[in-house]
Amino acid sequence: MIPPFNGLEFGIVAGMFAVVAVLGFMATRWRRGTSLASVEEWGLGGRRFGTAVTWFLIGGDLYTAYTFVAVPALLFGTGAAGFFAVPYTIAVFPLVMFAAARMWSVCHEHGYATSAEFVRGRHGSPVLALLVAITGIVATMPYIALQLTGIKAVIETMGIGGDWPLWIAFVVLAVYTFTSGLRAPALVAFVKDILIFVMVLVAVIYIPYKLGGYNVIFHGAQSALAAKGYSTLLSGSQYLGYTTLALGSALALFLYPHAVTGVLASRSRDVVKKNMSLLPAYSLMLGFIALLGYMALAAHVKPVGGTAAKPDTTTIVPVLFNSEFPHWFAGLAFGAIVIGALVPAAIMAIGAANTFARDIYKPYIRPNASEREEGLVSQLASVILKLGAVGVIVGLKLTFALEFQLIGGVVVIQILPSVVLGLYTRWYHRWALVAGWIVGMGLSVYMLYITPSATATHFGSASFALSSWGIDTKMTIWTGIVGVVANLVVATGLTPLLARLPRGRDETSPGDYLEAEAPPMPFGPGPAVGRT
Amino acid sequence: MENQTRPSRRKLVLLLLLVPLVAVLVPEFYNFAQPSIGGMPFFYWWQLLWIAGVAVCVGVVYLVMRRAR
Repeated sequence: MIPPFNGLEFGIVAGMFAVVAVLGFMATRWRRGTSLASVEEWGLGGRRFGTAVTWFLIGGDLYTAYTFVAVPALLFGTGAAGFFAVPYTIAVFPLVMFAAARMWSVCHEHGYATSAEFVRGRHGSPVLALLVAITGIVATMPYIALQLTGIKAVIETMGIGGDWPLWIAFVVLAVYTFTSGLRAPALVAFVKDILIFVMVLVAVIYIPYKLGGYNVIFHGAQSALAAKGYSTLLSGSQYLGYTTLALGSALALFLYPHAVTGVLASRSRDVVKKNMSLLPAYSLMLGFIALLGYMALAAHVKPVGGTAAKPDTTTIVPVLFNSEFPHWFAGLAFGAIVIGALVPAAIMAIGAANTFARDIYKPYIRPNASEREEGLVSQLASVILKLGAVGVIVGLKLTFALEFQLIGGVVVIQILPSVVLGLYTRWYHRWALVAGWIVGMGLSVYMLYITPSATATHFGSASFALSSWGIDTKMTIWTGIVGVVANLVVATGLTPLLARLPRGRDETSPGDYLEAEAPPMPFGPGPAVGRT
Repeated sequence: MENQTRPSRRKLVLLLLLVPLVAVLVPEFYNFAQPSIGGMPFFYWWQLLWIAGVAVCVGVVYLVMRRAR
């Protein structure tokens, strides 16, 4: 079913998109270095971003449009289990605070632009570095494609048939990212986040007011969910799945290339650490956005698009806005969702493109590539990644991409032993880490393969039913946790056995992980120097 | 002014990082409807509250460790 076309909403969204496109092109001039043609300048913004820009950049990077439409859709469909996004985005900050700071320091010292580059330097293993690079790129690609679902949900709700708006949005995005690099999403992120904060603030006050308060919302949601066999509270058998999904997603988040890009683009170690206590502000926003799913249930929202048997529930938030807000405000909110998709899509493409240029092109295709050539390869790779993403969404079945994304976290967590443990210790043998990766990845893919969903027999979900292994329980566990534990066991067990094989050369030294502050900046509170 | 705190005691502040992890990763602690606030079940406001909690815990660790330098 396609709802009637709404010209006012479309006009507002198109206007907002035009403003953002102009900003994206203008970003070329923002805090410009000598030349944009290198991974350092194009792909990391010259590593010059301060606390505020980093906050907007990482925030815009991790809390994506997909999150904004998918998390409420999850609560809409399955109740309390969907709220895992909140403990996930709480747990991530204490977990990564110190690792991210060490990562920043060692990469700053050696000029690494990606985690694979760090792995090559630390473990002296080109094979392990290649595995890390490929893992990162593979995990990111479906994630870029999924940003489009946010835009698609809005387009469907506005009553536009066809995929041409997707193509226009991504071609314009690809062009301005090509010219401006990481500076473009960093600048656009300001606009995006201010819009989204306003939208959420209004939504969580105005919609409950119209519906009759949170009491009515939770009661309405509970009765709608009970009809489908779900609830606004977890059942006992859901605890393990809830905890492992939240913990595992938190551990996986900063392993994605785009998250590393956000961390490395900041000016100092201090900026990274400070942001770990400032970024939870986004989690609060996410928590309230999640509850929009219950508001949609209480308001009896019917999703549009998809098929009759499996309606596209990612449209519930746009449809809810359409029915509860005046059209001009719904238009603004839709614009915010569209821009909210463009920012992370750009950063993801840049992160994956940097990884391709630095860790695949340079070491394996053109070892003599100049900085300029490396930068150009990265620019081109970002364009191909984005257009490929649109092709995937338009060409393949959308449900396929959604399931693929579930796998993203499961896949990317397999580089945790090489990257995160590598930040703390050199005890692990490089070949033991390779073996751990192979076992962990193999086991995870096998577990995903035998997990069916309502519509598919394989790769149905990242929640693995323990009953598949003959354990008499309804409990599920997040596949990635099982895989990474197997990975760690193998890597730890094999390290002493492989002691006779030559170890790789470690080009880092312990001090590289500790301080290395940037020189004091002329404005803003610098690092704490001169204290006694 | 000389900072009198010994480094080992200062490191105790790192335990603060564990508090939010335990608080939100163990559903046994919070999977209840009551007490609710303004119609929002305990399950939801407890977890939302810990968003502020984690910001404070990480913030305190950041400040203490920065002074330690």
